[in-house]
Amino acid sequence: MTDTTFEPRIIAFLCNWCTYTGADLAGTSRLQYPPNVRIIRLMCSGAVDPIYVLKADLAGADGILIGGCHPGDCHYQEGNYKARRRVVALKEILKNAGFDDSRVWLRWISASEGSRFADTIREMTAAMKELGPNPLKKEWAV
Amino acid sequence: METIITVENGNTLAALQDFLKQLLEHGIVDALITPLRTPSGTVTPALVTNTDLLNAADPLAPVLPGNCATLAGKLSAREPRARIGAVMRSCEIRALVGLVKMQQASLDSITLIAVDCAGTYHVPVFQRMAQKGDALWQELYKNAVGQPGQPDEALRAACKICEQPVYENAAIKIKCLGSNLDSEIHLQLPDELAAQLGLSQSAENGRQTIVENLVAARTAARDSAFAEIRTRLEGEEGIEGVFAACIRCHNCMTVCPICYCKVCVFKSPVFDHEPMQFVEWAKQKGALRLPSDTTLFHLTRLNHMGLSCVGCGMCTEACPAELPVGMVFRAIGQRLQATFEYAPGRNKEEQLPLITFKADEWTEVGE
Repeated sequence: MTDTTFEPRIIAFLCNWCTYTGADLAGTSRLQYPPNVRIIRLMCSGAVDPIYVLKADLAGADGILIGGCHPGDCHYQEGNYKARRRVVALKEILKNAGFDDSRVWLRWISASEGSRFADTIREMTAAMKELGPNPLKKEWAV
Repeated sequence: METIITVENGNTLAALQDFLKQLLEHGIVDALITPLRTPSGTVTPALVTNTDLLNAADPLAPVLPGNCATLAGKLSAREPRARIGAVMRSCEIRALVGLVKMQQASLDSITLIAVDCAGTYHVPVFQRMAQKGDALWQELYKNAVGQPGQPDEALRAACKICEQPVYENAAIKIKCLGSNLDSEIHLQLPDELAAQLGLSQSAENGRQTIVENLVAARTAARDSAFAEIRTRLEGEEGIEGVFAACIRCHNCMTVCPICYCKVCVFKSPVFDHEPMQFVEWAKQKGALRLPSDTTLFHLTRLNHMGLSCVGCGMCTEACPAELPVGMVFRAIGQRLQATFEYAPGRNKEEQLPLITFKADEWTEVGE
């Protein structure tokens, strides 16, 4: 089901030190990427409590991106590794609770990877268009 | 050391009470946490220091008013602390081990006294049955041994599918399964303690086979219960359908031995939304379910404590809407725990999966 008029809304939780700075670089480099992403800056991907991701998903966000430093590069040494475990757990729970876990992405994008950030948003926007609108957008009872 | 205490005149409880008294009299522990029968006939956990009051101790009463791990945590988390003997069931001990990992309890001063469990009843069911005056546990233990595949239908749902009825990693074990409780109780305790109490070594009983049979029967019951709830969760109904009648009273969270946060995010100002915020949400979906965020509540709790869920089923007991909270948490918890190869409560050395990591794992999840 590909709705050509459908514009997905992606909520991105980005770590201050790498991915957010990477997004900043994409902007200062005048890179073009789809305007489908709403960015929320956090100090670390390890600070993303699953409750925020879940809230976005249940409220109807079409995609949720968590961006952190590459493994080994975390400003706080190990926050991204812990984030990865949390995302693994979150996806397992979503799958078993009857939700689509493919709407939740975890990506490592460094401060110097402005183009990788732009590519990721392009890739995710296309993938979410393919997936169609989040059905929870219209479900009042969740 | 394996040992036996003799039951006189068929009075099993008196023999057990006598053993507990000796732990206090010999100064092995300063106080005992044990289920105590109140003058009105109900059974409640109590912290006992007076040996005379142990005449009311009823560790076999098939009822679990609350998971005592929380209470044991309160008695051990900080110093100074007394030496406590804790008479507990397997699910309580496993929860306590979980609390130790979260710095909410300490086993340094606790002597675990694990009672083999044949299952428990919902509190009101127990009280109605107990009024008839029968010693309910006798029948339960006999059934668990003789017909492990046919549990008492009145047992709590969590107990009917409990595949961990015994806890092996305790200092003292009261091996009810495999004891002919009319005449003897098999115990296992450290050698020095047995010497101090003047108990001599005896032959092992046939408990192992009995436990294996019981575990096999319970595991089969568990698997079919899991299949049933998974069909609902993964099907049309989904988790929001299963929890449709939730009123977010937070009872499940309050009684959960693992949920220890002093201020839960769901009780924090994070959820004190502005009045117009609700209207905005209602506009987005056309209607807003009230109270709001019930699905968010259960999914968040699954994320926060699903890995540590020991399946005691207190949440199901506390639910005013009789929702299968515990079944959902156990079924999803099983998958979650398998993912991290983690068994909550197995031992206190095993780290909580979410506070540790390996550098080269799940590389396909974060790209």
